[in-house]
Amino acid sequence: MNWDKKDLLGIKGLSREDIILILDTAESFKEVSQREIKKVPTLRGKTIITLFYEPSTRTRTSFEIAAKRMSADTINISASTSSYVKGETLKDTAKNLESMMPDVIIIRHSMPGAPHMLARIMDASVINGGDGAHEHPTQALLDLFTMREKKGKIDGLNITIIGDIAHSRVARSNIFALKHFETKITCSGPPTMLPPYLEDLGVKVEYNIEKAVKNADVIMMLRIQKERGGISYIPSIKEYSTLYGLKASHLEKAKKDVIIMHPGPMNRGVEITDEVADGPCSVILDQVENGVAVRMATLFLLAGGDG
Amino acid sequence: MKILIKNGRVIDPANNIDAVLDVYINGALIEKIDRDIPEKKGDVHVIDASGAIVAPGLIDVHAHLREPGYEWKETIKTGTMAAVKGGFTTLVCMANTSPVNDNGSVTEAIVEKARSEGVCRVFPCGSITKGLKGEELSEIGEMFKAGIVAISDDGKSVKNAGLLRMAMEYVTIFHIPVISHCEDEDLSKGFVNEGRASLLSGLEGIPSIAEEIIAQRDMTIARYVNSHVHLTHISTRGSVDAINQEKRRYKQISCDTCPHYFTLTDEATLTFDTNTKVNPPLRSKEDVDAIKRGLKNGTIDIIATDHAPHDLTSKDVEYNLASSGISGLETAFSLSLALVREGVLSMKELLEKFTINPARMLKLPFGTLTPGKPADLIIFNPDTPWVVDTKEFASKGKNTPFQGMELTGKNLLTIVDGKIVYRDKGFGR
Repeated sequence: MNWDKKDLLGIKGLSREDIILILDTAESFKEVSQREIKKVPTLRGKTIITLFYEPSTRTRTSFEIAAKRMSADTINISASTSSYVKGETLKDTAKNLESMMPDVIIIRHSMPGAPHMLARIMDASVINGGDGAHEHPTQALLDLFTMREKKGKIDGLNITIIGDIAHSRVARSNIFALKHFETKITCSGPPTMLPPYLEDLGVKVEYNIEKAVKNADVIMMLRIQKERGGISYIPSIKEYSTLYGLKASHLEKAKKDVIIMHPGPMNRGVEITDEVADGPCSVILDQVENGVAVRMATLFLLAGGDG
Repeated sequence: MKILIKNGRVIDPANNIDAVLDVYINGALIEKIDRDIPEKKGDVHVIDASGAIVAPGLIDVHAHLREPGYEWKETIKTGTMAAVKGGFTTLVCMANTSPVNDNGSVTEAIVEKARSEGVCRVFPCGSITKGLKGEELSEIGEMFKAGIVAISDDGKSVKNAGLLRMAMEYVTIFHIPVISHCEDEDLSKGFVNEGRASLLSGLEGIPSIAEEIIAQRDMTIARYVNSHVHLTHISTRGSVDAINQEKRRYKQISCDTCPHYFTLTDEATLTFDTNTKVNPPLRSKEDVDAIKRGLKNGTIDIIATDHAPHDLTSKDVEYNLASSGISGLETAFSLSLALVREGVLSMKELLEKFTINPARMLKLPFGTLTPGKPADLIIFNPDTPWVVDTKEFASKGKNTPFQGMELTGKNLLTIVDGKIVYRDKGFGR
């Protein structure tokens, strides 16, 4: 099995084999994080830049820890400290960074396609750390990793995704990835948060959350994307919580061993109750832990091969 | 100067001519079209058009020449050079310059500049409202005296229906059309067509109804006040259907579409190439098919370019931030010739949509080869292959999604007002 891609811009463009390769690679890296000395020399001498135009806690930290555990040098640039505020274009920023010869750049941006633009300009490998409502490939990969870890396999799973699908890059990347496996995907949320033609992706649309969670192996909750105007798609947060918040009573309709996932950050009491978020079915913190392993795997595949 | 064009296939839709004929031009006018016009001795420039088509010069009812105010994007000089290269001999230039063409002195300045530096005919379109703000009427009468042939707030719709109604009523005294850019701004907050492609790209979508609602509104107002409305750059199936219906009960409706709306679908946006960003956006396959049907059944009268040149920096940014528009004058006609090869239109029908139909819409004496009329004509070969290369564009705008594409059919020679203003490198030398 070979990895021959320069960039990881999205799940679109990956095959089932590519996805399995990343998950298998991540499995071998997960062990590193459980050692007392959490460090391997795999990426020694490599320079990895995180370029974040949107706020992030989990993703940026996760990438940085992943890089450091592989002995790479990391530099973090965020929009507030970058030249962005001085009016420099993304293209010029990319060209300037390129001059410093980094090996990998992880970009997060509010606009779809920004990582693709970067990838066209730069010789460095580009990882999409989330671009607007488009894709968030490493999140989907860590979600699949967690599903496989908890359920033993991905084929055959019933997955229900609930919330603001229209503005969610997490939902898109997950759907693209899960369609490579024999899964049944159900999307639920108010019609204003489900994009037109969603069913064309081969998913079932079910507005009623009670029906949507029926027989689910996995329930994935999404938050309301306030920064993408999500709030105007519903009458009120309170009403949304009443109609689409995941409560303990919903879990009874799902499979007994259902797992509850959330990419974070959670809005407790809005899309998910404390009882569910902190309950026995929740694997939300496992997702975070697995995120490091998956990101180590992607960094290794993109930058480690030419050792 | 006298020019004799020999042995071309002359197609003049207005006069229902399609035959191998000679065309004799004396000074600024067409003098004679006939079989085997003898080559008289003297100062007659003879052009052999064997194997090529001789047609009236093309008329573009929708171009942005960017002057005054945005000369780094295009000037009247470079824009008209691009025009004649693409086969156009007459252009209507839109009002969204800086300052906006909303009064007689700006119109005069454009007309004067076009006279001194333009290489084809340029007729300005005035704005409907002052500063394109949609608040109060522009000085339409003053602009009319200075030479406008239509009014439009192109780039957006006049949001206030009451104000638009007044504009449509008012222009009837000048017998010029209102050109409507159909876009409900509350529905069109996005960057690409809302559809399957936007679902994949995550780019915010503009639904087709944003266009269709305004198209219907503007036709309804025009009918009510008995005014001529021209709906420009129509891009959706719903618009075509609505126009088809409305034309059955009211005559003063015309419309155009642009080559990109029957050549590309919104799938082209999936690469995030900002050269695919245009307003209205590239639509779905269903819409493209409907546009072709509309061209075929005559619902769509005219093919326009919506030539919208931009500098590199305006396009070399994130998709959301990129300026909208395609530099279209040098590819429009070649792209449209595909309609003939596909059997959507006959060559005569295609030429109608580029010549006599726009001339009638604007009430201009061009678009035909009738003896006694101004000698505006082109010679083109519908079978010549060529590859789009923006490095060879006469336009300053290199923004095109057709870069590198092989097109079939090429303009070879352009005559405006009896003068040869463009000749293809390989032709007649």
